[in-house]
Amino acid sequence: MPDAVLLARIQFAANITFHILFPAISIALGWVLLFFKLRFNHTGAACWMDAYRFWIKVFALTFALGVVSGITMSFQFGTNWPGFMLTVGNVAGPLLAYEVLTAFFLEATFLGIMLFGMRRVTPRVHTLATLLVALGTTVSAFWILALNSWMHTPAGFEMREGKAYVTSWIEVIFNPSFPFRFTHMLLASGLTVSFLLAGVSAYRWLRGDRQPEVSTGLRIGVYLAALLIPLQMLVGDLHGLNTLQHQPAKIAAMEGLWQTGASVPAVLFGWPDALARRTDFEIAIPGLASLYLTHSLQGEVRGLDAFPEHPPVLPVFLAFRVMVGMGLMMLLVSWSAAWQLYRRGEPGRGLARVLVGMTFAGWVALVAGWYTTEIGRQPWLVHGVLKTADAAGPAAASTVALSLTLYLLLYAALILAYVSVLFYLARKAGDEPETMDMPEVQTPQPVLPSTTPPPARPRDEGGADA
Amino acid sequence: MPESGMAYWLPLASMALMGLAVLVYVVLDGYDLGVGILLRHAHADEDKDLMIAAIGPFWDANETWLVLGIGLLLVAFPLAHGVILGALYLPVTAMLFGLILRGVAFDFRVKARAHHKPWWNRAFHAGSLIAALAQGAMLGLYITGFRDDAWGVLFAAVVALGLCAGYALLGAAWLILKTEGALQRLAVRWARGALGLTAVGVAAVSLATPLVSRRVFDKWFSWPELVFLAPIPLATMLLFFGCAYWLQRLPARLAQGDERGAGRLFAAAATIFALAFCGLAYSLFPYLVVDRIDLWQAASAPESLAAVLIGVAIVLPTIAGYTLYAYRVFRGKATALHYH
Repeated sequence: MPDAVLLARIQFAANITFHILFPAISIALGWVLLFFKLRFNHTGAACWMDAYRFWIKVFALTFALGVVSGITMSFQFGTNWPGFMLTVGNVAGPLLAYEVLTAFFLEATFLGIMLFGMRRVTPRVHTLATLLVALGTTVSAFWILALNSWMHTPAGFEMREGKAYVTSWIEVIFNPSFPFRFTHMLLASGLTVSFLLAGVSAYRWLRGDRQPEVSTGLRIGVYLAALLIPLQMLVGDLHGLNTLQHQPAKIAAMEGLWQTGASVPAVLFGWPDALARRTDFEIAIPGLASLYLTHSLQGEVRGLDAFPEHPPVLPVFLAFRVMVGMGLMMLLVSWSAAWQLYRRGEPGRGLARVLVGMTFAGWVALVAGWYTTEIGRQPWLVHGVLKTADAAGPAAASTVALSLTLYLLLYAALILAYVSVLFYLARKAGDEPETMDMPEVQTPQPVLPSTTPPPARPRDEGGADA
Repeated sequence: MPESGMAYWLPLASMALMGLAVLVYVVLDGYDLGVGILLRHAHADEDKDLMIAAIGPFWDANETWLVLGIGLLLVAFPLAHGVILGALYLPVTAMLFGLILRGVAFDFRVKARAHHKPWWNRAFHAGSLIAALAQGAMLGLYITGFRDDAWGVLFAAVVALGLCAGYALLGAAWLILKTEGALQRLAVRWARGALGLTAVGVAAVSLATPLVSRRVFDKWFSWPELVFLAPIPLATMLLFFGCAYWLQRLPARLAQGDERGAGRLFAAAATIFALAFCGLAYSLFPYLVVDRIDLWQAASAPESLAAVLIGVAIVLPTIAGYTLYAYRVFRGKATALHYH
């Protein structure tokens, strides 16, 4: 049986992976809902309110899953990592407390009004409630990313008798990697939601659902994705340079760079072998990594041999490639779809199918990116301050193994239920339009397969099927 | 234990705030867990919908108080947080499962396919019951200082049932407030059933607490403390009799459209929880883990406590303000939940 530390890590990773899926949606979806609401207030067009009503259901479901998995997190800090709070509790504690105080209560309380209070408060107050919920989710991300960034690039503290004491809260919160990580996360949330919007709307469109809200959702999703993905690539690059400065061992693992050298290649793919300390089946472009890491073809980059301790290479290397691969696919698909929508006002069926396949592309990229950075921090829990192994709790391996098994089963079932209910809601919305002022006759218009032959190009790229 | 100054007062203030958060949590989430526990006893599907509608706008915010309570324990008393949650690992895990199950069931039951709804109803009931039982077991084990012999487990089981009954009482009282007609009359019957069991639970905790440690026994049964403390058990007993009396007369009153008894019942049930909480806090003070770790030993650095408490002092009144506002928006009888 694996040791308790590894099990505690797997359990925590499982929980945080499950948890992050839902805030990743609710952060940006809150703002998208506010946008729908404001557009409706401004134009009075029914499609905005219909889109609002459909997506608020998704928001409610997502939020509930985020809340319950978040409660689990607040307990597991103590049960799985007592050493974490004992060593850096003076830093982590107040940041977590401020998240609860400034974000949790705000979003949870106004969510009730946002979801069920539309007829009980004035339209203005209801818009305000929507704004406060969106603000709450973002403020929550702010505190969590401040703490998470601090664990990567700790600042503003001093160690006395083995415990961290804060010397400057400003430096703690705005630590060196925080601006990059926070922006990267918000953009990731935006991309997750834009592909969700586009995917679910494309699904409804393919089923012949021609209500105005469907094309609204599709357009907003595709254009938002096309807008955000280049921004995300830029921020990701800046974040990488920041990591090179503060956590060079992580970069070496991400690049699969075993030896320090000048003019290092960018490895497109390969299979790092930790025992032989080399990468098998390598496909690489010479000098490219030096170029994007040092902005010079001859630049020297430190390899894994420069560090006595470094993170496990294989998972970091692979997770990074999954993230970047998803990013490139997002760029290709969102720009092709944006082009088609711009030219023809509707997507081709092939591309629409690809969009459906990529409904949860954001989740894949986000989790892969999260693994890259978190596994890349190992063996440290707080970089240079506290090792993961020293923070683990005394819980017996058998106890953790039991609860881990139950958690994994529950999480798998819940993700399955979430995804299937999401598509069920999409089908139901198409079958029985809710709007009073829209006669049902508008709905049908069966799609004529012959009118728009699907372009072959994007379909070839659509490796990710739903 | 520091005699005075910041190192003395800051942990004390954190303790008081944590206690407040836990008490508010128990009363608020208590009523919505209680409604979940009672859900199985409703037969008509519309009744179930209405019961859920009565807690729909509130349950998210109610559960946030648990995160605040456990967050303050983590932030202000990291040493005790590790010991307590380590010792309560299994019931805590069970509670989290329960809370996850009911939280998601709440949303899935109306969004999933219609023929799945009974299953999500069952999940909502089971989740609420598991969470309540686990919290009761946690309380029982906590009071005895985590005794895991037969007596300790038996006591934890009694407290678990007692807390469940207490939550059911709060839930029934909430439903009397928020519903009308047949469902309201049903809730009165539920409240009657829950009242007796709650009394047994409160009595069990009160009798067992002084027996756990010599120190607690002396605290209760010494002169003149006995006189000062007597109001707590006396008031609790009076409230139980008061509840029984009101419940007796409530159906006749409600039939005449007189709703005053309904609010009174909920207030009395909440006060019973508050009194039991005060008694317990008095017995255990200043220990966070019975006779082992006191609150000053477990406290974080004063600077960190100050950083948190300043925030709490500013934010908590705001939270109280908008919570009251939300309750005002949804005042009156519950209506079917719609997103418009």
